[in-house]
Amino acid sequence: MMAKTPLLKVENAGIRFGGLKAVSDVNVELKQGELVGLIGPNGAGKTTFFNLLTGVYVPTEGSISLAGEKLNGQAPYKITKKGISRTFQNIRLFSDLSVLDNVKVAYHSLAKHSILSSILRLPSHFSGEKEMEEKAIEFLKIFKLDGVMHEMAKNLPYGQQRRLEIARALAANPKLLLLDEPAAGMNPQETEELMNLISLIRKRFDLTILLIEHDMLLVMGVCERIYVLDHGQLIAEGTPEQIRNNPKVIEAYLGEEVS
Amino acid sequence: MNIFTKAKGFWGTISLVVIFSVVTQFLINGGTLNSFYVNALFSIGINIILAASLHLIIGITGQFSIGHAGFLAVGAYISAIVTMKLGLPFPVAIVAAGVAAALAGLVIGIPTLRLRGDYLAIATLGFGEIVRIVFLNIDYVGGASGMTVTHLTTWPWLIACVVITILVIVNFTNSTHGRACISIRENEIAADAMGINTTLYKVMAFVIGAFFAGVAGALHAHNFYIIQPTNFGFLKSFDILILVVIGGLGSMSGSVIAAISLTIISTFLSNYPEVRMVIYSLVLIVMMLFRPQGLMGTKEITSFLKMGKSAKGGVQHDGKNTVA
Amino acid sequence: MEQFIQQLVNGVSLGSIYALIALGYTMVYGIVKLINFAHGDVFMVGAFIGFYSITILDLGFFPALLISMAACAIFGVLIERIAYKPLRNATRIAALITAIGVSLFIEYGTIYIRGAQPEAYPTGIVPLKSLEIFGVKISGQSILILAVSIFLMIVLQFIVHKTKIGKAMRAVSHDMDAAKLMGINVNNTISATFAIGSALAGAAGVVFGMYYTKIEPLMGIIPGLKAFVAAVLGGIGIIPGAMAGGLLLGVIEALVSAAGGSLWRDAVAFIVLILILIFRPAGLLGKNVREKV
Repeated sequence: MMAKTPLLKVENAGIRFGGLKAVSDVNVELKQGELVGLIGPNGAGKTTFFNLLTGVYVPTEGSISLAGEKLNGQAPYKITKKGISRTFQNIRLFSDLSVLDNVKVAYHSLAKHSILSSILRLPSHFSGEKEMEEKAIEFLKIFKLDGVMHEMAKNLPYGQQRRLEIARALAANPKLLLLDEPAAGMNPQETEELMNLISLIRKRFDLTILLIEHDMLLVMGVCERIYVLDHGQLIAEGTPEQIRNNPKVIEAYLGEEVS
Repeated sequence: MNIFTKAKGFWGTISLVVIFSVVTQFLINGGTLNSFYVNALFSIGINIILAASLHLIIGITGQFSIGHAGFLAVGAYISAIVTMKLGLPFPVAIVAAGVAAALAGLVIGIPTLRLRGDYLAIATLGFGEIVRIVFLNIDYVGGASGMTVTHLTTWPWLIACVVITILVIVNFTNSTHGRACISIRENEIAADAMGINTTLYKVMAFVIGAFFAGVAGALHAHNFYIIQPTNFGFLKSFDILILVVIGGLGSMSGSVIAAISLTIISTFLSNYPEVRMVIYSLVLIVMMLFRPQGLMGTKEITSFLKMGKSAKGGVQHDGKNTVA
Repeated sequence: MEQFIQQLVNGVSLGSIYALIALGYTMVYGIVKLINFAHGDVFMVGAFIGFYSITILDLGFFPALLISMAACAIFGVLIERIAYKPLRNATRIAALITAIGVSLFIEYGTIYIRGAQPEAYPTGIVPLKSLEIFGVKISGQSILILAVSIFLMIVLQFIVHKTKIGKAMRAVSHDMDAAKLMGINVNNTISATFAIGSALAGAAGVVFGMYYTKIEPLMGIIPGLKAFVAAVLGGIGIIPGAMAGGLLLGVIEALVSAAGGSLWRDAVAFIVLILILIFRPAGLLGKNVREKV
C-alpha cells in the first residue's frame, strides 16, 4: 500500500561552491517502496546530490523533505536518525574494527545505555550491549557475513566489503537507502548477486532505495524509474524504457552504452 | 559464560592490584623503598594517568591533540590554589583539578571540532602554550617563579587515581560509546552517516581526557613541591605524546607499558637530560620509520594473553578468527 | 606617534625574520603537506653556523650569511631524505610525529654537543649608521634586515616563477602524480624545495643573530612556531601569504608588546592562530579546499 505523500520530496534543490553550481534546480520525488536509479556521466553531481540528501552539504537553494519533514541544514547524524542511510562511492568502512563492530556502530543511535552507565558498568550497560550484539549478529546472518564477523573489516575481500557497507547502512534502520555505485569494481556474477540482494532487502525491510550506478545492466534491471543528471541538472526522468531512448540522455553520455 | 568470565578476570585483576598496592605501601613505610624509588614510582603513576588520558583523545578518537600539558597545568595550578590558598583538603583539590581541566577540555574541544590532522595538532599546541603563558602572567600563582606546594600525594591516592583512570577509560572504550569514538577515528564521515553524533563524542573525548590529565596535575603538584609554568610547555606535551606513540596509538596497554618503561628509563637518565631527549627523539624517528604502529599497534595485552575481551567493543571472543 | 612608528619599524624587522622562516614552512607544506616541525631548528642551526663563521672563520656578515644559507640548504635536504622521504605515503600523523622527533633531535643533539649556553653575535659586524625619518630613528640593522629579506624574497619569486625548477615546484604542489607523469623528477623537486626553504631559514638565523645578538640551542622553537602561524595566517602553501603573514604577525606582536603586554607577546601568535583556524582556516590569501566525500 503506497503512501499518498512522497517519502522524499526534493524541490529545486541546489548547491554552489563559490562560483560553481555543482547541483541546481533538481526536483526529485520518491514514493515509499520505490527503487529508483540516478544516473549521469562522471562529474554530473550525483554523489553531491547524495551529500545534499544526507546533510554533508547544506543546500544553498531549494528544500529537501523526508516524510513531510524538512531536512535542510540538519546535522548528518540527525538526518540518519530521521531515516536516511547511505553507502559511499569509495568504501568507507571502519577498517580497524571487526565486521561485527562495524554493524554495531550503526546501532549506536538506538542504544539506551548512557556513557555513565557504561563507565560504571551498570546493568543497563550489559543489557544494552547484549541487545546490540544479538541484533548485529542476526543482521550479519542475513547478509551471510556472520562467518567473518570477527575479521577486521580491512581484511575482507572487496565484494564482502561492499556487502558489509550495505549491511551497516541498513542496520541504521533507514526508510530511505542511498546506494552510491554499489556495483563498482564487481564482475558480472557479483553484480547479479548484488541485484538479488537489493531486491531482497527492499522487500524484507520495506525500503525505498535511490541508486547511483554506472552499470546499466543493473540500473535497467532493477530500477522502476530513473533520473538522469548532467552538469548538476536533471535532464531526464522516466522508466528505463523511456530513458533508454531519450536523445538528451544518449547525448550526455556521448556514445556510452545506454542499453 | 560471558559475564562471569569477565567478572572473574576483572575481580582477579583487581585483587592483584590490591595486593600489589598493600605490599608497596609496606615497602614504602618500612623504608625498603627509598625516596629515589618512591619518586620513580610516583612519576610512573602520574605518567600512566597522562598516557591513558591522551590515549583516549588520540588513540581512540583520533583527535591529534598535542597540547596535553595545558590540561596538566590547569589541574596542577587549580589543585595548588585549592590546598595552598584556600586551605581545603587534598581530595577536594583532586576533584577540582579534574573538573577545571575538564572545563578547559570543553573550551578547547569545541572550537577545534572542525579541524583535522595537522591543523588540529597545531591548534592544540597553541592552546597548550596559551594556558602556560596565562599562568606565567598571573601573580596570584607566583608568575614565573611558580608556587610551592605541600607534599600531599601519598601512595594510596596515587594508586587509586591510576586504577580509577584506567578503569573509566577502559570501560568507556569497551562500550558502544568507545566504538562511536573509534568510528570517528577510522572514518569520521562514515561515522556521521551512521548516526554518530561526532561533535558530542569528540568533545567528550577531550573532556574525559582532560579531566584525568587534571587529576594527574593535582598529583604532580602535590608531589614535586613546586610547580612553575616552564614545567608545562610543549616539551612536556611532547613527552606525553611520545608515551602514547611508542606504546601504540590505539592501545591502552601499550600506553601503560610505555609509560612505565619510559619513565623508568628517564629516571635513570635524569642526570643526563639531553641524552634522554636525544635517545627519545631517535627512538621516535626510528619507530615512525620502521614500526609506526608503535609497540602494540591497536591491540591490547588481553588479546596476547587470550584472557577475554579485546579493548574494542566488548565482543566476547578470544582473539581467534572464526571464519566459516 | 613617534613611538608608534618606532614600534612599526620593530615589527617590520621582526616580521621580516618571521617571513623568511615562514616561507620555508609554506613551501614545504604546499609540496608535501607536511608541517616541518624541524624548520625552526634549521633556523637555529643557521644562526650558529653564521656565528661560527664570523667568530672562528673571521668572515664578514655577507660571507657568513651565504655560508649559513648553503649549509642549511644541505642540512634541510639531508633531513628530508633521511626522515621524511620514507614517510611520504604514510599517515600525516606519522609524518608529523617524525618531524617532532627530528626537531627534538636537532635541539638536544646541539645541547649534547656544545652545551646549552647561549652565544652572542659580535656587535658592529656591519658598520651601519642609523637613519632618521620623520623624527624616528631607524637603526641600520633594521634597514639591513629589511633589505636582505626583501632581496631574498625577490630572488625566491624569481626562482618560483621564472625558472624550470620553480615551475616544477609549482606543478608538484598542485598535483604530484600528474607532475610525475609529465616527467618531472618529483624527488629532486621536493629536495630543492627543502633546500630553498632551509636556506631562507638559515639566512633568517644569521639576520636574527645580528639583530638580537643572543643565540642558543632552543631559540628556534618559539620563532619557528610563530613563523608557522604566520604561514597559516597568510594562507598555508601560498608564498606571498607567508611574506604577508610574517610581516603582519611581526607588526601585531610589536604593537601588543608596546601596548604593555610584553609578557603576552608570545601568546599573540597562538591567539591569532586559533582565531584564524576557527574563522578563516584557509588564511588571508588562501582558498578553501573541501574533502571529497
